[in-house]
Amino acid sequence: MVSTKRSQEPQSSRLSKAEIEDNFGDLHPPLSRSEALIEADRCYFCYDAPCTTACPTGIDIPGFIQKIRSDNIRGSAYTILRENIMGGMCARVCPTEVLCEEACVRNLHEEKPVSIGLLQRFATDPVFEQATQLFSRADASGRKVAVVGGGPAGLSCAHRLATLGHDVVVFNRDSKPGGLNEYGIAAYKTIDDFAQKEVDYILSIGGIEVRNDVAMGDDFTLQQLRDDYDAVFLGIGLAAVNELGMDGDDMTGVDNAIEYIAELRQADDKSALPVGRNVVVIGGGMTAIDIAVQSKRLGAERVDIVYRRGPDQMGASRYEQELAQTSGVTIHHWARPLRLHGGGKVTSIEFARTSFDDKGKLKATKDTFVLDADVVFKAIGQRLADDDVVDLKVQHGRIVVDDSQATSLADVWAGGDCVTGGDDLTVSAVQHGKVAAIAIDTYLRK
Amino acid sequence: MANLTSEYLGIRSPNPFWLASAPPTDKAYNVNRAFEAGWGGAVWKTLGEDPPIVNVNGPRYSTLHSNERRVIGFNNIELITDRPLQTNLDEIRQIKRDWPDRALVVSVMLPMDEQTWAKYIPMIEDTGADGLELNFGCPHGMSERGMGAAVGQVPEYIQMVAEWCKKVATVPVIVKLTPNVANIVPPAKAAKDGGADGVSLINTINSIMRVDYDTLTMYPTTDGMGTHGGYCGEAVKPIALNMVAEIARNPDTADLPLSGIGGITNWRDAVDFLALGASNVQVCTAAMVYGFKIIDDLVDGLSAFLDDKGMASVSALVGAAVPSVTDWQYLNLNYVEKAVIDQDLCISCGRCHIVCEDTSHQAITHTVNGERHFEVIDEECIGCNLCVCVCPVDGCITMRPVTDGIDARTGEKINTEKANWTTHPNNPMRKQG
Repeated sequence: MVSTKRSQEPQSSRLSKAEIEDNFGDLHPPLSRSEALIEADRCYFCYDAPCTTACPTGIDIPGFIQKIRSDNIRGSAYTILRENIMGGMCARVCPTEVLCEEACVRNLHEEKPVSIGLLQRFATDPVFEQATQLFSRADASGRKVAVVGGGPAGLSCAHRLATLGHDVVVFNRDSKPGGLNEYGIAAYKTIDDFAQKEVDYILSIGGIEVRNDVAMGDDFTLQQLRDDYDAVFLGIGLAAVNELGMDGDDMTGVDNAIEYIAELRQADDKSALPVGRNVVVIGGGMTAIDIAVQSKRLGAERVDIVYRRGPDQMGASRYEQELAQTSGVTIHHWARPLRLHGGGKVTSIEFARTSFDDKGKLKATKDTFVLDADVVFKAIGQRLADDDVVDLKVQHGRIVVDDSQATSLADVWAGGDCVTGGDDLTVSAVQHGKVAAIAIDTYLRK
Repeated sequence: MANLTSEYLGIRSPNPFWLASAPPTDKAYNVNRAFEAGWGGAVWKTLGEDPPIVNVNGPRYSTLHSNERRVIGFNNIELITDRPLQTNLDEIRQIKRDWPDRALVVSVMLPMDEQTWAKYIPMIEDTGADGLELNFGCPHGMSERGMGAAVGQVPEYIQMVAEWCKKVATVPVIVKLTPNVANIVPPAKAAKDGGADGVSLINTINSIMRVDYDTLTMYPTTDGMGTHGGYCGEAVKPIALNMVAEIARNPDTADLPLSGIGGITNWRDAVDFLALGASNVQVCTAAMVYGFKIIDDLVDGLSAFLDDKGMASVSALVGAAVPSVTDWQYLNLNYVEKAVIDQDLCISCGRCHIVCEDTSHQAITHTVNGERHFEVIDEECIGCNLCVCVCPVDGCITMRPVTDGIDARTGEKINTEKANWTTHPNNPMRKQG
């Protein structure tokens, strides 16, 4: 219930529990069996399929869809998970509209791709629900690998190493494994605690020990791991948050989007979360969309996203942008924040419109506007925490790796958001972890 | 508008679409609904001797489905009518009285003795029915008792029973043939020799649909045991068309009026049967899958087709394609075609490439200048049509006749003269010039 009287902002319980439950239901409800069979029939079973090429983990998509057609659901799930152990989460969060589904040849035929993401979820859901073990471990190698980071890259690497016969210790800085799957992804994309179900499934292979609440730098160093283990994989993500770099960054009401999302994901009762009346989000990536849509769904009256460039440059896909817009979020392009207004507490934020100068460089114009704001979310990206990677070669704030995810140190590999060439997608992180594990296995068996 | 009025063996009907003898024609109620919907005629479900047979009280039907559960094939173990003879006769009489412009033929199946046929045929004719159809086709149940397909598989029996019937019948007699034979022509010839006025075909094909994957029994069963049934529906049409064409093109049987049956679902299926020699068509499965309303598409689809072809009546279409059916040995071996892919329509699925690569003649590219690109390699293409068959885009791959110049595959000049196997040098039995 929205109070008509302006009260202390932000506040909780803007919506009833039932409304919030409805707002945070499954974004894409799963396919029924008959829906899945009909959709699977639309797959042309392409040769050297463009969808598979477009998948960062190279899942044999026509192969798994054909197995859905023949009711070989376990085989279908194996086809998916053997390439992407987080195929369940990726089925929910992958921007399929710019990956496999964009490549689907049906787009050329009728402008409607096969719903690959939903079919992938259909094939994998039963495996997680029934905890069906599809993998086994090779004979023990006697080698031990340290994996730093309990997110998609780290867990993917750990799982593949475990199947290859190595023992793994995962050092996880959070109190639960899962990384951004657990703390970062919008709640309506992964309901019913799926992230932990997936983690449980991954760990059920055996040979993986997870140590939570331990952080590199604070509790151990990279050098210690190199001394104690046969190899190290870093899937440490981007732990530091970019700042606006303007006065008032520390005002009450100016928050980091990822921290609020993490709080939201861990909340037992979402209606108890404080929500702004007028929420302004600065940024253009998935995090900006996620925080904006979730704020709206928690009951914020007005939510604005402000991005310094145009819709084509946004990190969020068109589909995500439209999701925000249909959720009632207003997206302003071509504007950058100029200054925050308010005493100790933010009340509004002023923007300058932007355009390209003669040299094609983005610059602020004299044209400005002000948006009321009791909450301003910064969603302008994260960066590597400086002291995480003292010994490694770093470029543009990311760890430099080669095609096999090898770093500048012979016994250290890295993957996920923390490396160069990353695209901040779960699916890419999983691929990095997998590729690194295969490289580590080769290294350990030399 | 083309005239769809049909006359088969002198039996007139407003259109050439009859309901086949089957569950949809078992009762006056159903036939009445069919005629209200616009069906041109009906062959009443097969009558037998009293006391009537009994049916199982469990599943009679089973299907071959596509994934979206479209019925592709259909199978049944229902027997002939299980109602008392007099009930059927009374209802037939009433229907014929109520619908005098529709064709009403009665199917009949009786034991193998002349007196029985002589006794029942006048009783059936007394209803006013337009004709008789002798059921020598049912492959299940009745055949175990020496009737149905058990008769249809022995030409001598067909001829004998046809003769018995013709002795007493005053209305046209049609023999319904079973496809469960090695060669359809001898049964058709036997019907003709027995004096039958026409043959209808095909009846259903012996079949078991599948097993139950839980119980590992056949499926469906009656209390754990099952039996083969008769297969029909869209999947059997090609088998039926071949049998119709075989009779239509054989000099011994070419003059035998045919009623085509087997998987007719839309007007194009009807065109297939008519063009290959059937004078009219009978439908069952499509009605059992979709209801009687499909007659709308059958009627106006055929009518529009005849108009487009400039044909004034159905009879102009009957047999039009028969002269194009021949034996393999007479096919022109000098004729060459190559596949052509329309690059504007191609969606790059690669299906043509992989089937040609894996199972045919490696005649379609996958990559050209480093790009995903599918193109026919004339030097390898044997013109087999496989790529056309598997391409999901209608009209994307077509076959192009090569009528002059050099065949890129053989390097030989195209020979425009026809030459077939009968004169081919590789044929040890070739006719010497």
